[in-house]
This record gives sequence, C-alpha cells and structure tokens, in this order.
Amino acid sequence: MAKKKTIKTIPRERAHVEEQNPTLRARNFDEVTFCLSPEQAQIETDRCIECPNPGCVKGCPVGVDIRGFVARLAAGDIRGAYEVITETNLLPAVCGRVCPQEHQCEGACVVGKAKGLAPVAIGRLERFVGDTAIANGWTNIPYIEPSGYRVGIVGSGPAGMACAADMAKAGCDVTVYEAFHVPGGVLRYGIPDFRLPNSVIDAEIANLEKLGVKFECNVLVGRLFTIEQMIGEMGFDAVFIGTGAGYPTFPGIPGDNLNGVLSANELLTRCNMMRAKDGGFDTPLPIGTRVAVIGAGNTAMDALRVCKRLGAAEVRCIYRRSRAEAPARVEEVHHAEEEGIDFQWLTAPVEVLDDGKGNVRALRCIRMELGAPDASGRRSPVPIAGSEYEFDCDLVVVAIGTNANPIIGQTSRIKLDKRGYIATDADLATSIPGVYAGGDIVTGAATVIKAMGAGRRAARSMKRYLGLRDTDAVYRPAPSWRERAFGLDPEERNAVRVRVS
Amino acid sequence: MTSPQMSAQTPVQTQQTLSDFEIVDRRDFSDVTYLLEVRHPLMAKAAKPGQFVIVMLHEHGERIPLTIADFDRTRGTITLVIQAVGKTTREMQQVCRVGTTLHALTGPMGEPSHIGASRKVVCVGGGLGVAPVYPQARAHREAGAYVIGIVGFRSQDLVFWEDKFRACCDELIICTDDGSVGLKGNVTVGLKQAIATHADIDEVVAIGPPIMMKACAETTRPHFLKTMVSLNPIMVDGTGMCGGCRVKVGDGIKFACVDGPDFDGHQVDFDDLMVRLKRFADQERAAFERWSETCRGRTAAALLASAAAGAPAPQGG
Repeated sequence: MAKKKTIKTIPRERAHVEEQNPTLRARNFDEVTFCLSPEQAQIETDRCIECPNPGCVKGCPVGVDIRGFVARLAAGDIRGAYEVITETNLLPAVCGRVCPQEHQCEGACVVGKAKGLAPVAIGRLERFVGDTAIANGWTNIPYIEPSGYRVGIVGSGPAGMACAADMAKAGCDVTVYEAFHVPGGVLRYGIPDFRLPNSVIDAEIANLEKLGVKFECNVLVGRLFTIEQMIGEMGFDAVFIGTGAGYPTFPGIPGDNLNGVLSANELLTRCNMMRAKDGGFDTPLPIGTRVAVIGAGNTAMDALRVCKRLGAAEVRCIYRRSRAEAPARVEEVHHAEEEGIDFQWLTAPVEVLDDGKGNVRALRCIRMELGAPDASGRRSPVPIAGSEYEFDCDLVVVAIGTNANPIIGQTSRIKLDKRGYIATDADLATSIPGVYAGGDIVTGAATVIKAMGAGRRAARSMKRYLGLRDTDAVYRPAPSWRERAFGLDPEERNAVRVRVS
Repeated sequence: MTSPQMSAQTPVQTQQTLSDFEIVDRRDFSDVTYLLEVRHPLMAKAAKPGQFVIVMLHEHGERIPLTIADFDRTRGTITLVIQAVGKTTREMQQVCRVGTTLHALTGPMGEPSHIGASRKVVCVGGGLGVAPVYPQARAHREAGAYVIGIVGFRSQDLVFWEDKFRACCDELIICTDDGSVGLKGNVTVGLKQAIATHADIDEVVAIGPPIMMKACAETTRPHFLKTMVSLNPIMVDGTGMCGGCRVKVGDGIKFACVDGPDFDGHQVDFDDLMVRLKRFADQERAAFERWSETCRGRTAAALLASAAAGAPAPQGG
C-alpha cells in the first residue's frame, strides 16, 4: 500500500487551472474556466488526504461520495469516479460548474481547515469527471425493471430533472412537462454560456432520455391541464412540481417601470435561451452602454458579465451590503472583478431617473454602512444621510430575487404558504395525495444543487408512496460507536478491529 | 366553426406529441389581417375567453403573445387573428399556409375573463381587438347575459366576422372610420350610443389597441360602468418569469401574463403601457428592414407601404 498521504506531504498549492484572459473573455461568450487536464486533475487528487471522516460528503446537499470518487480518480479510474458520482448526482458537469462549493463540500474540506492550505478543488474535479464522461459518451444506466407506475414532472429544471432520473431508475414511466420550447429550466434560460454551455445541458438531458424519461415542451401545466387532472383523468400515479420561483421582484423605487429597467431574468432569457446575442435570431435584446445591475447574487453576476460581453462600456454593480455578504459564488465575484466590473458595495438605489421620453437616463443611489446584525445574522445596511449621488446609465438590470410563481396556485386547490410558495411536509408531500413539490417553488430562490437535492428527496417520498423499493439508496451503514473507538477507520479494510468486550 | 361544447368532457389525450402545431385553415381579411386556425386539441379543450398563447414561428424566431380569437373543441383547433405589423407577424403572413406548422405554441395563458356575473354586457372590439372580444361576447351570451356588440373597422371592405357577432349578440353596432357602413367614427361613438340607450349596463369589455381601450375607459368612467380591458404588452415567456409585461394598475405593478391579461380599465395606466410597447421600437424596425432586404421579404415593401397607411398600434410582435 502506498505511503499514507498526510496534511504535511500533500501539494500545498491547488493545481493550476487555465482561464481565458479577462480582457479577451469580456468580449466573448466562451467558457471562462477551462477543464482540468488529466495531469492537473492528478495533482489535485493528490491533495486529498482521504480522511476517515470526510466533511465534504456531509457538506454536499445530495451527499455525493466525494472521498470515494476522488480515490478512484487518484487511481486513474475516471470511469469509476463517474460511476461513484452518478450514484447520487446525475449532473456532475453542471454541478461542478455552478455549485457554491465554498459553502458546501470545499467549505467543509479537512485540508482547507489547515493553515495556509486551500481546500481540495472538488468542484473542478467533479467537472473534470463530468466533462470526460460527456466527451466519451459515458452513461450510468442501471438495469431498470418497469414498475408500471406513471409519474408526471412539472418543470424541467434541476429539481424536475433529478426527480425524473430517480423515478425512471425505479422503473416508472416518467414524463417531464416544460412551458418553454426547450427543456432545462433555469439551466437553459438563466445561466449564460460562459458559465454553463448549452452543449452540457443537452448532454445531460440526452442522458435522462436514455433512462426513458420523456420531455414534453410547450406545455404550461395548470393552464393546459391542471395538477388535479394529472392525477385524475390523465392517470399519473404521482406528480412532482418543480416550477421554480420565477416571478422577479422589482425594487419598488420611483422610475422602476421605465423602459430600460428590466429583470435579470428577462435579460438572461433573451440572451441565453432566445439567443438574441447571436446573429439571425429575432428576439430583441436591450443593449446598454452604461449599465447598472442591482443585487450581488449569482444572477446579478451573470447579468453584469453578460452586459459587459454585449459591449457595455461601464457596468456597475449596486449592492447595499459589502463584498463579504454578497450571496454570489466567490469565484464569480472574482471573475467579474477581473473583467472590469465596477462594484459599488454598500450602495442602495433610490430612484431611476428618466430622459423625458420614458427611457432611463441615470440612477440615483445612496451610500450605506453596516449596522447591527438582522434576523439572517448578516449586518443590516443603514443609509448614510446626505450621501446620495447619481450617475448616468441607460440600462438598469434588477437582480434582487424572485417570488413564487403563481400559476399552480391559481389553477389548483393545492395548499400554499403565506408567501405563496407550495406548502409541503418534511417529506415534500403537498396537500394533494400523490403530489410532491420541491426546489425553489417550496423554499424560495436557492441553488441548482439544493433544487436537485429536493428533487431526489421528493423521489424518495414518491417511491415510498407508490410502495417501490428505494433502488438508488446507496447502502453506507453508519459505524457503531465500538467501531469508531480508538480512532480506527472501520472502512480501512486491513485494519485489525479492536473489540472492547 | 361551431360553438364549443362546454359539457363535452373527453379524457385528456396524454400520449399526444406536443410539437406539431399544424395550420388547418387560413383566411385573409385584408392585406394586413389574417386568420390562422391551428390544431391543438388539448388547448382547444382548456381554452377560456380572455386567454392568450405564445407563438414561435421557427427556431430562430421570437416568442410573441397572441390572444385566442376562437377555439373549437369538436375540431380540436384554436383560432388566431393576426395583424402584420412587425417582422415576425409579416413573416408569418408570408409563410404560414394550410399544412405548415408552427415551431412552438404554448398556452392557454393568463387568467380567464370572469363571465356570468353581469346581466347586460357591452363588448367593444376595435381593430385587432375585434377577434379576441368575440369569445367573450359568446361566453357572456351563453351565460345568459344580454350582449351588445360594438366592432370598429377602418372601412366596409375590412369588416370581418359580422355573421359570427350577429349570432351571439343581441345588438350589434358596427363603426367605421369613413362611415362606409354603420356609424361613422371610432368605437367610442358606438359605445356612447349604447350607454345612452341602455341605462342598466353591468359591464363593458373593451379590447383593441391601447389608445382605443383608453378612450373606452374614459367614455365609461363618468357613468361608473365596470370596464374590463385586455392588455397585450411585450412578453418573453408568458409565465411570469421575466417581468417584461409589467403594467401599472392602480397603485401597484402587475404582470399581464399571470395577473391578467384582463384588468380594470379605470385603473390601468395606458400612457405607461404605450411607452413600454415601444421598448424595442428601434430594434424591431432594424430587424424588419434586415428581413425586407432578404429574398424572403420580397413582397414586404408592398406590405410596409400599406401598413404605413395607418395600422393600429402593434401588439407584441
């Protein structure tokens, strides 16, 4: 057996990963971060000490066996690593790109806790595995025994895709309904090509189709048929609702209805899904020369960087808290800064000023300072009196969050919570028997991986409801106290068990 | 087209592939107005008066909202009446023939109109609004209301669906700008006449270009008549996701696609709506000019000339 890696012997620096030059990439929509090369991936796997009690797995919302896949990768078995990941996560190429790893697996990495060491770049390794799988056309399709049940999924975003995959693997006949003309949900309309190329989404959807999942686009569930009709006359045995929180919030300041003020969702949908940025497509795209984006989440970062790539001379980010509180992935903020985005931290918009013809002329803002912590534990911003200022701009993009999409609530008797989201119990069951819900339509706006986690949890509940065995539960028994005693790793095969008797 | 059979509850065909939206009928009412009847049995069954669809002509097209002008549950079709005002609607006018298909057709979208509470209803349709007001008039009639139809056209040769309106209205007033048939003047002339002769009107429904709906709302405001208007602002998805269709109604902001498209005409800020409809005016004009120069747009110059003669405000496309 090779010499055990320790925190002292591993490479101290992360494997260098190539990125597009910031000045160059600020003018194109190609991906910013390149995939690790096999050699770089090897260096990075060497940094994992394969600790007996991995924090990364607990940090992952879907519990990917990270240590397991990194170990396979270290042994040069990429296919094996892919199979370990796809036990729990269907979309490694997507999650490796868009998960906020610093708050999840990498945030809990033991290596990262050591002084002066960055955590293992789990996200980049996951992407390496996912991209290699796409390039080689690998799929991990288990033997599927048809169960005879029919399952309907409303929404083809990450929650719906995760639920569809699990139910298809359990032998159900799964149909996914999507209101747009192409499947993918927020992955398709929301996340720009330089962060998540369309080819990756196409590959992941093709994998689902290989599992037998059917996609029906151009179907607005609720209006074309209702949830009640699905479990009634349409004969679905169970239904999952993953419609997302698509109903953008506007700041409610004077002038926010002017032409030139639009939601980040609208900008990104026109640019990504309708491909308005490419020649030969009919959808119009508002192009600003001086742009202000309100908000500092991932959507705001995408909007900022899209505007820059569309040719805006000045792109400002207006956020009322400081950089430390910004909800975006650290890497995205860093990339945006590199690309020349002007971040106005601790600044809140006060009024959008018009040019007399209904268009945006300028944005008036006020400086803020951080006061006492609020209910969310973040220090709440307080305006500084007399610090108002304005700057010229012709486009204001609003990325301050979303509310619950009302369509399912309008068209069915399903129980909603006070804020209009679908009310569920701990198993994600709704008030209608056989109907489950998960993702942003239950929790409010969150992340792709959390939505996928919810889709999988709902699938587990649905299988219980239908009386199906949970075929994809990975059996990993928790070690008993006796096995944990004396610091022995029970999974270390050749360790001599010490019995206390 | 026969009237829909409200009671016919056939089971939903779940195995239907929803990608093939065949055009089964087309009629041209004028050089800019045309009718398309599209096969979509599920939507024909689900559609209610006041709802709309989003159409994509081809893979490179834009998504445009169009109000459902009629639906036929026995034939399994929905009817769209389209005015060629922008690049997409003109291109549709050229390429949509019986037997061709649309790339995407999603709907029915929006909250249906509230039918049944009013005993005497005036249904006003101007220009492009003539077609979408028809299903509302028919539904009010079927709910037992006394229906007064008022439809406005530029001249006699542009009049369409007179027979359909006569079949579902207790009274029909036709208004033409040049007076070649019916009353001379726009639909507010007819509306004033209806208000003068009927003291017990419960509700006015007005659909058409924003300027016409605004005029109708101002006509009924002194009489405190409930006035519902159907808004059709610029949209992308039609599901509430983008917020591009937001309109000022009273003190609040509403999304026409999911909160509407029907709103209280006395509360709607029409000036704001008209400004927002011109959001992409420059890009739309540029797109149209680019398209006109290609071989597909050979006859477009002729269409442009006729449109410049005075077509109503664009609706979405």
